[in-house]
Amino acid sequence: MEGLLGPYRVLDLTDEKGIFCGKLLADLGADVIKVERPGGDPVRNLGPFYHDEPDPEKSLFWFAFNTNKRGITLNIESADGQAIFKRLVKTADFVLESFPPGYMDKLGLGYRSLEKINKGVIMVSVTPFGQTGPHSDYKDPGIVTWAMCGFMNSRGDADRAPIQISHHAQTFVAGGIEGGVGAMLALFDRWKTGEGQYVDVSIQEAGGRGSPPFGWVLGRTKGRRELRILGGAGLRTQYLWPCKDGLVMWFYAAGSQGSRRSQPMVQWMEEEGVANEYLKGIDWDNLDLREAGQQAVDKMAEPTARFFMTKTKAELFAGAVKRRLLLYPVSTTEDIVNSPQLAARGFWKKVEHPELSASITYPGPFANVIGQPLDIARRAPLIGEHNEEIYQKELGLTTEQLIALKQAGII
Amino acid sequence: MRTKLLEGVKICDFCWVWVGPMTTKTLADQGAEVIKIEGKSRPDVWRVSPPFKDNVVGYNRGGVFNVINTSKKSITLNLAKPKGLEIAKRLVAWADVVTENFAGGAMAKMGLGFEELKKIKPDIIMLSAAMMGQSGPYTNMPGFGAQLTALTGFTWVGGWPDREPADLGHYTDFIAPRYNALAILAALDYRRRTGKGVHLDMAQFEGCVNFIAPMILDYTANKRIDGRMGNRSPHAAPHGAFRCLGDERWCVIAVLTDKEWKSFRRVIGNPPWAKASRFATLMGRKQNEDELEKLVETWTISQPPEKVMALMQAAGVAAGVVQDGEDMFEHDPQLKHRNYFPEIEPPEMGKYFTVAPPYKLSKVGYEIRPAPLMGEHNEHVFKQILGMSDDDIADLIADGVVE
Repeated sequence: MEGLLGPYRVLDLTDEKGIFCGKLLADLGADVIKVERPGGDPVRNLGPFYHDEPDPEKSLFWFAFNTNKRGITLNIESADGQAIFKRLVKTADFVLESFPPGYMDKLGLGYRSLEKINKGVIMVSVTPFGQTGPHSDYKDPGIVTWAMCGFMNSRGDADRAPIQISHHAQTFVAGGIEGGVGAMLALFDRWKTGEGQYVDVSIQEAGGRGSPPFGWVLGRTKGRRELRILGGAGLRTQYLWPCKDGLVMWFYAAGSQGSRRSQPMVQWMEEEGVANEYLKGIDWDNLDLREAGQQAVDKMAEPTARFFMTKTKAELFAGAVKRRLLLYPVSTTEDIVNSPQLAARGFWKKVEHPELSASITYPGPFANVIGQPLDIARRAPLIGEHNEEIYQKELGLTTEQLIALKQAGII
Repeated sequence: MRTKLLEGVKICDFCWVWVGPMTTKTLADQGAEVIKIEGKSRPDVWRVSPPFKDNVVGYNRGGVFNVINTSKKSITLNLAKPKGLEIAKRLVAWADVVTENFAGGAMAKMGLGFEELKKIKPDIIMLSAAMMGQSGPYTNMPGFGAQLTALTGFTWVGGWPDREPADLGHYTDFIAPRYNALAILAALDYRRRTGKGVHLDMAQFEGCVNFIAPMILDYTANKRIDGRMGNRSPHAAPHGAFRCLGDERWCVIAVLTDKEWKSFRRVIGNPPWAKASRFATLMGRKQNEDELEKLVETWTISQPPEKVMALMQAAGVAAGVVQDGEDMFEHDPQLKHRNYFPEIEPPEMGKYFTVAPPYKLSKVGYEIRPAPLMGEHNEHVFKQILGMSDDDIADLIADGVVE
């Protein structure tokens, strides 16, 4: 696939901290070669697993974040492995890594060494806190940068701990994209200078772009976890509502802006014969919620809650689309996969996994590039799947050498 | 060190609210010339929304606006007037990239769709960052980050398994700008090599679904609908946020291996409960996790979170303070070390802050200028770039084209 980055080659040494960076470059068309340790990358141990079979060739986490990549195995801690890696660097435009700071230098594979082999090479490190500073050696399985980037603090209920988003680490994915942005900036600069450079990404800082401390700097205020508050009027209201098969997000608003949202909802409920006299009588343009008070909010809620319970998420959202209402489903992954919007845009990609005798439906590329389409053309690589292609056909190693390297635990 | 990496890249910027402005801030801070087209009849939401400096309302006093619009230029143009639209088209002819984040189809309706722009500038790169994308049945749905966070599956998996999902705010707003900047930079490279522009039809919905791709595959391959796990991890225990000494002070701790468990025990002074064999292995800790979490908190509750973090990390156990605005802005030594909050001084704000790029390039630095005042660059843009005279400009102001 040519995509937007067709001519470029990427060597991807990252674990789950930077793995999304390589995926994005691959989905943009670059030739991304995932370099795994012999026996397979530790990321292959991360679930969920295909049919719940915990097997390094069946990690859905691995599948999801390695589309469009090729894969080789290489022990970069061995001298022969390092020599081979350096040969690969000669034809690489990017090297991505997410080891603890200093690890690549210790192996003699830091940027200073790699630029001597290929002055155009761009090296991108994605680590929790960046390469230098008092926290640069801090450990993080994901939740640490989530806590320290400021986003977690005001998320969750007042009577319990601040909350993460479940399953894989969100900040790592964010850091991966920022690695891609840094890589592209360095590429832009290379056109001017002919030289590559080193890009040092901090995952904490990537996450921090979602929570700048406005409140503290302007008014010495802090975000707090609290019960649902409507439009600053100090009123307690619900914005997640149960419906027939799950939850939807909705809130009433008043004033000229709010009226445009609330009025059509009341109209819809009237059509269905479920609006009460109170709702029908509201003059949304001139309603002052603060004045009306909690009692008014509760009176709006009661028939609305009953109305929502008569319909499914999909039915409510279809009605909302028709009326351009700010009513949205709280989607599960099942709802997302069945979304009429994503289907209409041809978002989903069926990817063949011959060794599983199956095809799996994947999210499509992150961008719809009109004029130069992107695709999910290739499933994630198997362990060492492209060793022969790279080592023999490209680097010219003989079969005997390949066998020797295999037995020595280097590939 | 050199700066202005993107010097010479010209961006005609129709973006507003958060996602678009954060995208073009990324490029402007690296030296791209970004001209923000706004107007008093259609002000950027964050020019007119709190928080304001000293709680005084004003176009140039927005706390959010001044963080996410740094290094840009501003002109005030009424696009509802034919003459306003005509001037906007002249800026398209000047630009390399046109950026917008209206609801799908809105630009086309104004006569500024990709096909129109191509007629003006054949190799134009256009970024459309709508929530739903430029096609499909929901294309023109209104919405904000909160609604999209619900639609894209984050809300459902954010929170406690025994309760309704937690409030994740406008989470998706912070995801989309990264993808947008990446796509624009990749498209610039493509254009440099091929001479061709492209239309980047970025549906925030689709970028966000990529964020949760493993959960999507868990459904498409296994038919499992993933739910909420609180702060837990399937392969670590304890793994969560624990209450510490002080008002709403918390520290996260994550113990992944049995070796880390031993280090954790040492840090908390080896209390008798921690030696119980039921906690000695990961399987045991997972089985007794409710009890374990309560016991961990009996220790953290009497410690400041900074101390918990420092002691744990020194022992090789992952831990971190749940930081609020004050922690980040005043105390975090790592963010200080990397100058994550550079000081800027917008005229009506006084000393203020913005956020630095989350990456450091070894050979080129960034240069951040304050966000523009409303219409600050009218004269510069209309005269220097579009070659108008003082009289032309006076006419435009009189006609309400320049606001």
